[in-house]
Amino acid sequence: MQAKTTAVEAVQQASRRVEVAGVPGTAVMSGLRAVAADVESVQLLSPEGERVEHPRFALDISAEELRGLYRDMVLVRRFDREGNALQRQGQLSLWAPLLGQEAAQVGSGRAMRPRDVAFPSYREHGVAWCRGVDPTELLSLFRGTEHCGWDPRATGFWPYTIVIGNQVLNATGYAMGQRLDGALGHDHDADSGEATVVYFGDGATSQGDVHEGMVFAASFDAPIVFFCQNNQWAISHPVERQSRVPLYRRASGYGFPGIRVDGNDVLAVLAVTRWALQECRSGNGPVMIEAFTYRMDAHTTSDDPSRYRLADEQEAWKLLDPIERVRVHLSRTGQADREFFDQVDRDADELAARFRAHCLTLADPPLERIYSHVFVEPTEQLERQLADDRRFVALDEAVPMNVSTQGGHR
Amino acid sequence: MTSIVTAGDPQSDVAPSTFAKALNDALRTAMERDDRVLVLGEDVGRLGGVFRVTDGLQKDFGEHRVIDTPLAESGIIGTAVGLAYRGYRPVTEIQFDGFVWPGFDQIVSQVAKVSYRSQGKLRVPMVIRVPYGGGIGAVEHHSESPESIFCHVAGIRVVSPATPQDGYDMLLEAIACDDPVVFFEPKRRYWEKAPVQRDTRSSGSVPTTFSSLVRRAGSDVTVVTYGPSVKTVLAAAEAAAADDVAVEVIDLRTLSPLDLGPVLESVRHTGRLVVVSEAPLEASITSEVAARVTEEAFYSLAAPVQRVGGSDTPYPPSRVEPLYLPGVDRVLDAIDRVLDS
Repeated sequence: MQAKTTAVEAVQQASRRVEVAGVPGTAVMSGLRAVAADVESVQLLSPEGERVEHPRFALDISAEELRGLYRDMVLVRRFDREGNALQRQGQLSLWAPLLGQEAAQVGSGRAMRPRDVAFPSYREHGVAWCRGVDPTELLSLFRGTEHCGWDPRATGFWPYTIVIGNQVLNATGYAMGQRLDGALGHDHDADSGEATVVYFGDGATSQGDVHEGMVFAASFDAPIVFFCQNNQWAISHPVERQSRVPLYRRASGYGFPGIRVDGNDVLAVLAVTRWALQECRSGNGPVMIEAFTYRMDAHTTSDDPSRYRLADEQEAWKLLDPIERVRVHLSRTGQADREFFDQVDRDADELAARFRAHCLTLADPPLERIYSHVFVEPTEQLERQLADDRRFVALDEAVPMNVSTQGGHR
Repeated sequence: MTSIVTAGDPQSDVAPSTFAKALNDALRTAMERDDRVLVLGEDVGRLGGVFRVTDGLQKDFGEHRVIDTPLAESGIIGTAVGLAYRGYRPVTEIQFDGFVWPGFDQIVSQVAKVSYRSQGKLRVPMVIRVPYGGGIGAVEHHSESPESIFCHVAGIRVVSPATPQDGYDMLLEAIACDDPVVFFEPKRRYWEKAPVQRDTRSSGSVPTTFSSLVRRAGSDVTVVTYGPSVKTVLAAAEAAAADDVAVEVIDLRTLSPLDLGPVLESVRHTGRLVVVSEAPLEASITSEVAARVTEEAFYSLAAPVQRVGGSDTPYPPSRVEPLYLPGVDRVLDAIDRVLDS
């Protein structure tokens, strides 16, 4: 059965396949006009900084909270930029920038409660910030001194998952466990219960694990929010080539609610995620949220977006910047003054300096790291290999050999 | 490694039991001892599993502990990881060896690496049960021996019991183990009966069953094997004895990490080694045993190591499997070869 296409959808479809004159092949103007034309997307703060009312998602937010969200986003962007710079200067082997996705991450991260658990992919530095992971703890993974620098249980922020989509199933299982434990809350007590949020991108929606996660979550009524940051690009592959329908509508195929939110609107993301978490905590999960946003920088520092997308597209999305609209709103409504903004900028610079300084102190791990925690107890085989490595390293120190940094010391 | 288990009700039940029933009893015992133990997989509940290994468990423990899952192997393994994060001890069932591959990504990328990635801050104590091997006249994808592929993955234990008693003991140990365990069950032995002592693990601390075991002592030739081939090799040893050849048979039981102490000790006094498995030979457990014995006991060897295994082909149509599977005669032929050298 084919659903009829509405006029709005027709506009969206057409606007997302704009052939750009003079560019060979099928250049695509991703996202931009779809945002403007999309009445289905929840928005509470326009790109111009005006509050917008939404019939379903009212948000009563204090000036202090609003200033807090602004500060979060500025600080997160600042250390994200520092991460990029550190990679360019050879201090990190890689950085996965979040530029442009601050509202999607801070809005959803601040909607969570301490007992809730987040399963990230690998770009959720802003969610990490909200969960109380110190930004410096993100560095070891990207410097190559550890695989995960923070405590997942203490923060409720699970390790980064680099295999696309894997974490969606792990998070679903965790949420199934929350339900088995009877950790769901009660309708009459809004503070009770706990839920899981799993983060993934538009590219991941093509993975089988995301599909299976949604099937299992639906089958077992798992209290999980599927939080998809649609940043329009899976490295070079645009979302249009991965889905014929807006991603949030896939949820209906699994029998649970899906909702699209302006992912550059921190207030809308906060309100919608709070609602989704409350649904899950009170036993009405799962819920899918598609945060419609844009990856303003490269996939990672190893990527070169100029090979597959137009700079114009990025320029256009700058008008939808998630931080600028809050800044304008705070200024115009008199909820923040110059002194506040200057202070946030100083805090951001201070954080960046601390981030950088910490990065430079991260030492290479010792030989023993190779063998640690493969199993709960070291096996005889691994102990033998470690002993042999130690013997060799001792030899190497006694009689220096030509140890290649490319090929290891074996 | 010594495994600590909680005391169960002492019994002296030595009634003969099928392999499948012994596994069922182990699951039941584990679920009674620890309410965090969950069973999940396709058709494990109402049906009791396609091999009936989980028969009756859902009825007795409920749908929340014996979970019929949607038909998706990555989903089963991947959600079990999350359940383990949450403090449960999931025992997952993969219906057949050839169906494990959709879950292989989760096994390699998550199950095996969680502890290493988080440096022990997270662990996933879980068991992945996989019926494996041929000899049941099945259609494609139902008779494979993929265990070597799993042994190449660091961070998971790979074990395979050969007898009902070991099925019972090793499954209990696997469930109690804090490392993830891939548990390969020799499916053509499911209906074979042997006495099973069910109180062997009722003491506070018992020797590990994840260790190699000398199944038959002998001084002329060492034959190393595991899983479904153990019975075959024991029959070959019996036949060889009629010709006055004393074969020592070693059941590896743990495939990763290997426990080669008993193998090396045996080779040092027999000087001759045959390694038997029904898996394809290339880059396999039989290769690993041969290589390690060569590294560590080369000067004890009086003859080149011989291997007997499946061909380096996909599993053939079942009507030719009698020719494909290593039988008694092929084992005897290999024994002859190491003796003739």
